[in-house]
Amino acid sequence: MLRYVAHRLLASIPVLFLVTLISFSLMQLVPGDPAILIAGLQATPAEVERIRHQLGLDQPFHVQLFSWYAHLLRGELGTSLLLGRDVLEVILERLPVSFSIALYALFLTVLVGLLAGIVAALRQNTLIDQLVMTVALIGVSLPNFWLALMLIVLFAVQLGWLPSGGYVDFRQDLWGWLRATTLPAVSLAMLQMGLLARITRSTMLEVLRQDYIRTARAKGLPQRLVVGKHALKNVMIPVVTVLGIVLSLLLSGSVVIETIFSIPGIGSLLGSSILRRDYPVIQAGLLFVATMLLLLNLLVDLVYAWLDPRIRYGRGE
Amino acid sequence: MASEAFASPFDRSAVRRRRFTTLRRLLRHRLFLVGAFLFSIVLAAALFADLLIQVDPNRISIRNKFRPPGTEWIFGTDNFGRSQWSRVVKGAQLSLAIGFGVVVLNAVFGTMLGALAGYFRSLDNLLMRIMDAFMAFPVILLAIGITAALGPGSINAVIALAAVYTPRTARIVRASVLVVREQAYVEAARAMGASHARILLRHVLPNCMAPLIVQLTFIFAYSVLSEAVLSFLGLGAEPPTPTWGNIIAEGRLYIREAPWLTLIPGLALAMTVLGLNLLGDGLRDVLDPRLKVQQ
Repeated sequence: MLRYVAHRLLASIPVLFLVTLISFSLMQLVPGDPAILIAGLQATPAEVERIRHQLGLDQPFHVQLFSWYAHLLRGELGTSLLLGRDVLEVILERLPVSFSIALYALFLTVLVGLLAGIVAALRQNTLIDQLVMTVALIGVSLPNFWLALMLIVLFAVQLGWLPSGGYVDFRQDLWGWLRATTLPAVSLAMLQMGLLARITRSTMLEVLRQDYIRTARAKGLPQRLVVGKHALKNVMIPVVTVLGIVLSLLLSGSVVIETIFSIPGIGSLLGSSILRRDYPVIQAGLLFVATMLLLLNLLVDLVYAWLDPRIRYGRGE
Repeated sequence: MASEAFASPFDRSAVRRRRFTTLRRLLRHRLFLVGAFLFSIVLAAALFADLLIQVDPNRISIRNKFRPPGTEWIFGTDNFGRSQWSRVVKGAQLSLAIGFGVVVLNAVFGTMLGALAGYFRSLDNLLMRIMDAFMAFPVILLAIGITAALGPGSINAVIALAAVYTPRTARIVRASVLVVREQAYVEAARAMGASHARILLRHVLPNCMAPLIVQLTFIFAYSVLSEAVLSFLGLGAEPPTPTWGNIIAEGRLYIREAPWLTLIPGLALAMTVLGLNLLGDGLRDVLDPRLKVQQ
């Protein structure tokens, strides 16, 4: 196990290095002079020069690259051009907001997706199965930002049950938080629910065909135990594997969803930085999210290897 | 009968017969047919857009603003009195063109990178770590980052989405190349002195097509969806060029008084993606039954 951990840790270092390199390169992709673009048309040459200097764009390429890494190693991700504040500070301030909604969406995904998939598999080829799978397929195909708008029209404008936007801190008012985050969490979770229901169904069908299930049934165990104990454990394995993908999709969706619901999280920070060309925030935000995902995936892999000895001994990549 | 027993992969009539069975099985796949139906509606709208549109999608007519859908204006009109029907149909054209562009770039670069990594083992580690790094970023976030840097526009959206999805395609091609390269017929070709290029192009890649085709169908669906997100955020084609994403973004401002402005382009988008997902599911069931739901 220790060898596996060490191997995985070492293997993630070059990937992490490349991730930082990609984030750095984004600024180099900007056609023309980023300083002029950021400063706007009315800017005086002195202002442009100030921004150019602030971003280090007046330095040669290798100096820029070197100082990018020197800053990273000191934990400095840069300064926002608009807010004039340290980007990492702003991100960490907004992290609990995005994180709490992501967890809520993840909870909904696992609860609904898993349950729907299991029910569909147990009732294979019945009307229930077809209904669940149709809904799952539609869920996978709905654009989340459009779904969010439709939910607002229905639940906020027509019915008036839930607020159409805004955020309430869960440490101050849990009920308010729940009301504010339900529509965003549902719009974020829809895609993943469908995805998970589909994966769970196909895995469950495969597991139900295994010999140990037949043995359990032959022993005369009730269906509840066969499914709840013997089958479910094995269905959970692929569920854990797609967790990384699910998290990545949740973070992807948060830019649009947080913008629509005006939630002050990392997603809306990125959303507003794009339009105002606040490149340091975009760079740092991307780097932060990717690094977090890498670490989470690493953690998932390690837990997975710990649970399933077959992975540790070379079957996994 | 005798020829059947000896049919080799190079026997053209056998190849044709096999293709025919694939087609027949696809035509028996109910959901595939539903997907084909949905997608062909959108495809027809895109191909014959100029015949279907009577009013220029950018013609402003303030007198006619916010007309609800009805007999005169099929899909209603927007805040400038522009015909929503014209704009949605024109949007179909751009959406499919962008999706297709991403698919073509993906097919070319994904196959190339995947084949190189899978076939030449010395390149594998380097190429795959680079792919891993790209895949560490959430899809939309990286696409947003790239388009934010390159500037808005449909060409830049295609470039960004191709860059984001290519590593995923490369990984799938690599996985099948790894399997195929160990087959006896590849060894036979090598023993006969075939060059690497010939082995790859004639023996390995043709046998990796099935998962690639399935993957590209899904990439098409994701690209259409992601492009809509980018143009919703103002990073796609710039207004007044209509895209489904920017029509929804504009309609959002009038969602209370004119909900059809967001409803209709969203439905068109969902129909396209659903159609492509069904096509992909059908193709996977028929071409590559061992592949399970991924991504």
